[in-house]
Amino acid sequence: MSQTANTPLVRDQAKVMNRFDLISRMVKKLHRDEAVIGGIGYSNFDLWAAGRRPQNFYMLGSMGLAAPIALGVAIAQPERKTIALEGDGSILMQVGALATIAARKQKNLIVVILDNGAYQITGGQVAATGLGADIVAMARGAGIGQSMWAADESHFDELIDRALAEDGPWLIGCRIDTSKPVDTTERDPAQIRDRFMRGLGVKK
Amino acid sequence: MTTDTDPQRAEALRPWHEIVRDALKANDVRLITFVPDNVLRPLIEAVQADPFFTVFSTTREEEAVGIVSGAWMAGMRGIVLMQTSGFATLANVLASLAVPFQIPVMMMVSERGTLGEFNIGQALVARTMRPVLDCLAIEHHTLSRLDEVEFIVDRSIRQAVATQAPVTFILSPLLTGGKVFQK
Repeated sequence: MSQTANTPLVRDQAKVMNRFDLISRMVKKLHRDEAVIGGIGYSNFDLWAAGRRPQNFYMLGSMGLAAPIALGVAIAQPERKTIALEGDGSILMQVGALATIAARKQKNLIVVILDNGAYQITGGQVAATGLGADIVAMARGAGIGQSMWAADESHFDELIDRALAEDGPWLIGCRIDTSKPVDTTERDPAQIRDRFMRGLGVKK
Repeated sequence: MTTDTDPQRAEALRPWHEIVRDALKANDVRLITFVPDNVLRPLIEAVQADPFFTVFSTTREEEAVGIVSGAWMAGMRGIVLMQTSGFATLANVLASLAVPFQIPVMMMVSERGTLGEFNIGQALVARTMRPVLDCLAIEHHTLSRLDEVEFIVDRSIRQAVATQAPVTFILSPLLTGGKVFQK
């Protein structure tokens, strides 16, 4: 099984999957109160839809900052695995963060990129990823050695298992379709932050 | 009559960056993220030399605000060090993350653009800083006198934490000497 994980795979070879299905698969594997930072737009809408967890943080703006916020959580709580769930358009906006994560060698950090090649929430305009930019290759170039495309759903499951069990940083690229999200996140930032801090044991 | 051996006088002669370092430490601000700046250099070197702090540079100031926000929510206090032009890139993250989520992001800005600026771009962008802070109702203080640094930094960190609100310290050239044009 680690054979597939090590297979070099380019974006075009990865199967186009469903956002809600992948997020649901990932959330089902979280048994140790892992933190998840949901990037703006459909990434966090489907994280919300996949079931509320107090260890989830839902962004309401600041496009591109899911990975930096997750890095901050991971630094403050090195024993807790932390996942950034981010869109392709978002990470393109803050691509330098990949170099910072690589330089920090942050063992407990996992970045999951949901790549549909478009700015879907604003009307589906094509993104650079839809014109050939390969986020996994960019992450490797930034120095995140364990960067790979999920070939299909079972490979995604396998990569998440490995990333949760072994030292990172990890970046898992997932090609997704343009399905609408299943639900919409409640926009109450103070409550989202308060619940998250309690979920991380910072507030009692 | 005072001499240099007088403890009060010796305290008054400590450089600004040592006073800031100690105020951060006294308030358990352990995470220091920065985008480099020449005026900030002695502070960056002072915190790098002390294992109490976790110190690293980021590729953008906005990224640094994201990192200290995440760290705060996970129980670690942090500050972002930057230059005026870097602050100018932060309106969106302050308005969509720090302020509405009530996260006490601490920022220290080395002030360019005034009191002898030689770069017109710096002079122009500097004028956006205080209006942005004011319209988002973010507490800010300009540090221009050595004898006020400890009080302002210490009290303002306490206030930021207690009120769950960001705070900005602006390092005036009156305090730091600033950066001057040399032929």
